[in-house]
Amino acid sequence: MQTVVFLILFPLAAAFLLLAVPRGRIRTIVVSVSAALIALAAIVLTAQVLGREAQFFEAGGHVTDVLIFAAEAALGLIITVISFRRRQYLAAALMLASLIMTVVYEVKLAGEARVTYNLFVDNLSVVMALIIGVIGSLIAFFALGYMEAYHRHHPDVPDRSNFFFFIVFAFLGAMNGLVFANNLLWLFFFWEVTTFCSFFLIGYGRDAVATRNAFLALKFNLIGGLAFSAAICLLTLNAHTVALSELPSAAAGAVLLPVALLAFAGLTKSAQMPFSAWLLGAMVAPTPVSALLHSSTMVKAGVYLVIRLSPVFTFVDGGKTVGLFVALVGAVTFLLASCMAVSQGDAKRVLAYSTIANLGLIILCAGLGGPKLTWAAIMLVIFHAIAKSLLFLAVGTVEHAAGSRQIESMDGLVGYLPRVAAAMIVGIAGMFLAPFGMLISKWATLEGLVDANPILTIFVAFGSAVTLMFWVKWLGKILIIKSAPENIETHVPGTQSVTLGVLSLMTALVCVLFPLVSKYFLEPFILATYSSGYWQNAQNIAILLIMMAVVLILSLPLVFPGQKERSFRPQYLGGANLAAKEKFHGAMGQDIQVTLKSMYLQNIFGESRLFPLGVVSSLILIIIMLGVVV
Amino acid sequence: MNIATTVLAILIYLIAAPLVGGLLAGVDRIISARMQGRYGPPLLQPFYDVLKLWQKENILVNRQQKVYVLSFFVFVLVAGGIMFGGGDLLLAVFALTLAGVFLVIAAYSTFSPYAHIGAEREMLQMVAYEPMVILTTVGMYMTTKSFSSFDIVQEESLLFLRLPFIFLGFLFILTIKFRKSPFDISMSHHAHQEIVRGLTTEFSGRDLALIEVAHWYENVFLLGLVYLFFAAVPAVAVTVTLATYFLEVFIDNNNARLKWQHALGSAWLVTLVLGVSNVILLAFR
Repeated sequence: MQTVVFLILFPLAAAFLLLAVPRGRIRTIVVSVSAALIALAAIVLTAQVLGREAQFFEAGGHVTDVLIFAAEAALGLIITVISFRRRQYLAAALMLASLIMTVVYEVKLAGEARVTYNLFVDNLSVVMALIIGVIGSLIAFFALGYMEAYHRHHPDVPDRSNFFFFIVFAFLGAMNGLVFANNLLWLFFFWEVTTFCSFFLIGYGRDAVATRNAFLALKFNLIGGLAFSAAICLLTLNAHTVALSELPSAAAGAVLLPVALLAFAGLTKSAQMPFSAWLLGAMVAPTPVSALLHSSTMVKAGVYLVIRLSPVFTFVDGGKTVGLFVALVGAVTFLLASCMAVSQGDAKRVLAYSTIANLGLIILCAGLGGPKLTWAAIMLVIFHAIAKSLLFLAVGTVEHAAGSRQIESMDGLVGYLPRVAAAMIVGIAGMFLAPFGMLISKWATLEGLVDANPILTIFVAFGSAVTLMFWVKWLGKILIIKSAPENIETHVPGTQSVTLGVLSLMTALVCVLFPLVSKYFLEPFILATYSSGYWQNAQNIAILLIMMAVVLILSLPLVFPGQKERSFRPQYLGGANLAAKEKFHGAMGQDIQVTLKSMYLQNIFGESRLFPLGVVSSLILIIIMLGVVV
Repeated sequence: MNIATTVLAILIYLIAAPLVGGLLAGVDRIISARMQGRYGPPLLQPFYDVLKLWQKENILVNRQQKVYVLSFFVFVLVAGGIMFGGGDLLLAVFALTLAGVFLVIAAYSTFSPYAHIGAEREMLQMVAYEPMVILTTVGMYMTTKSFSSFDIVQEESLLFLRLPFIFLGFLFILTIKFRKSPFDISMSHHAHQEIVRGLTTEFSGRDLALIEVAHWYENVFLLGLVYLFFAAVPAVAVTVTLATYFLEVFIDNNNARLKWQHALGSAWLVTLVLGVSNVILLAFR
């Protein structure tokens, strides 16, 4: 239990310390040590919990409850005031409404529901704690070098990096609280804190766009927050419990509507259609923020909650219908977001759409529930967290080193930033390519869907096909070989290279060791939840591992070129090559440099066509979902 | 299926598939010639072509491209090995996709405008056929409760009877996979369709030979999938499989190349109408 409390409170303490520490070497030390301690604590917790049943802790009493309430009210007031001063009246009204609900609840209803155990830890919490502790901390470490460079690149942005690191660490603490909370009131508190943290991080640049997008994120997530508090009120009134662990065994009448509302909150936080706009807007923030929001914090809170709810969908009468509509929202989001990713040229936007799509896939699995799909959902969370943080940080590094984050400008990246390109390739391979990472889970998803609801495989079939397209054309751009590129790798700060290296290694390790991850982390959790397990077919695991080995062997000549020198011919340019490579003699008598551009298929997969479609269809699905239970 | 028979099956596939594929290619050329009022090359001409390519100088634009081509070749074999070894069909399809990705990357790496366009079109083709291929495996699972080709081939009733629309949809995308007109948009074996040969513009010698042999392996893999639809009655299965190949040759000779928009649009439409309706029918029975 000490480890759990440490994981919640220590990041917060580190956060306050970082507010006081000046930038420079002392900050580097404080951030590195705190990050290492958080990661270490997550690993220690793993050792303590793995192989045991879920443990519940009372943790705190009346005083803690009052403190949490006070903190929630104070934060709510601060946000309300900020919104008013920025003339964001809708945000202010939403915040105020949420605040009033919290106060009314505290005064009128708080006595109605008693929770014995406020905190708990099981294998799923441990998986999340590892993601937060290891990947989140790595991103904080990466931010050290990045933020220095960021302020050099953006002299107009006031340097508030103390505040930046304060929020980052507070964020990690809140996320830990969120995954260990059994008391929904506590969970809600941490839930709202993550909303506020992302609000401050997105608005870091303080220009008009950053401010607008920060408030957009705030508004969407506050709507989810309102649904969350409504769920808590209903649960207190009808079910007399606000313990997460008691939901699957509660009476259907009392629990269905609150669970639907909680799932709704999960959809907003994990940026599903129709709420995806806030995550796309969040791209204005410095890259470590994007990496943090997309991989280890924020959006993962949303899918975490839905995964926690999936036993309720399965075991409570009528829950399957709610779950089905949640799954449908995920399915629609997966398909449309994957399509829209094809039309994007900005690497960060491609990554954003890919995140939204993958979260949709996780929601699809969690909504339907059952052993196999829960397995797939958690595997997706793990692989996505590692590979996506790696990709964001790699894109951020390229942006600073080469001056652009457009995919079109990454032609031949492997020539001038070989190590960063290698990290990016590992990330991309981990995101979609057989036999690695996400594909293992996508495969389990397909297998699970055929049993659970075969019609939904249609979404996955089409979605996966377009996924292939946007990743391969990016991969292809990176791997273009140009003549005599100049290596500019020395421009990359050390903290960034180290983080990219560690994350690449982790991606590779998790791919190779996924059977162990499954055996020690996932299977016990699934067995405890559904009292039947999901074991992958040993033969298929063997095939996957053999395929990985084959890829590794085949790529050896790329990494270690032999001594033998041979001459290469220039490519065919219509018969008028010039002596200089990649130039040709054009029809108008000029010498023309070859440039190649990719297809973006705006007319087919453009945002302006598909986004409104997604918003309308998912809104209808959500309305039906809530309508069914009311 | 024990290990010895699995290994044997895979070995037979590895050795026999290129022979069968090459012979089919030879038959293809003779039939095509007759359809065009020519006499045509000898049956073994495809083998002579590959042997000749093998002896030619391998002209390269960069060091990496032949590694990717080899990877493409190996993973086409892996895909077939998984299927003919009785393994999981989804895995086999994924392995084939991985192979396709390697081929596209090989073309991209050369930084050649013609290869680049070919690579993008190849990618569009993958996007066009992939949903139907996945739905085919899904349909087979729904009728046999297994993704394993070993289980599917032992199914006692004809899969075709419960998957008629999926079979038709699969036939449609087979034209793309066989690289036949009207869907040979990334590279065409008809000289009248393109002046520079798209995807394979920058490959020569042994690399081009490897790509050709991989294509034979791939064709046998695809015909193997066709076989599975009728596996309950082997005689029918063999007949239908050969008839399918003949049908593709026939279509090839009677169509000019379409734009990629039409390939993508029609393939998705066919998948939506035929594939999806079949899946829905199966789900509700």
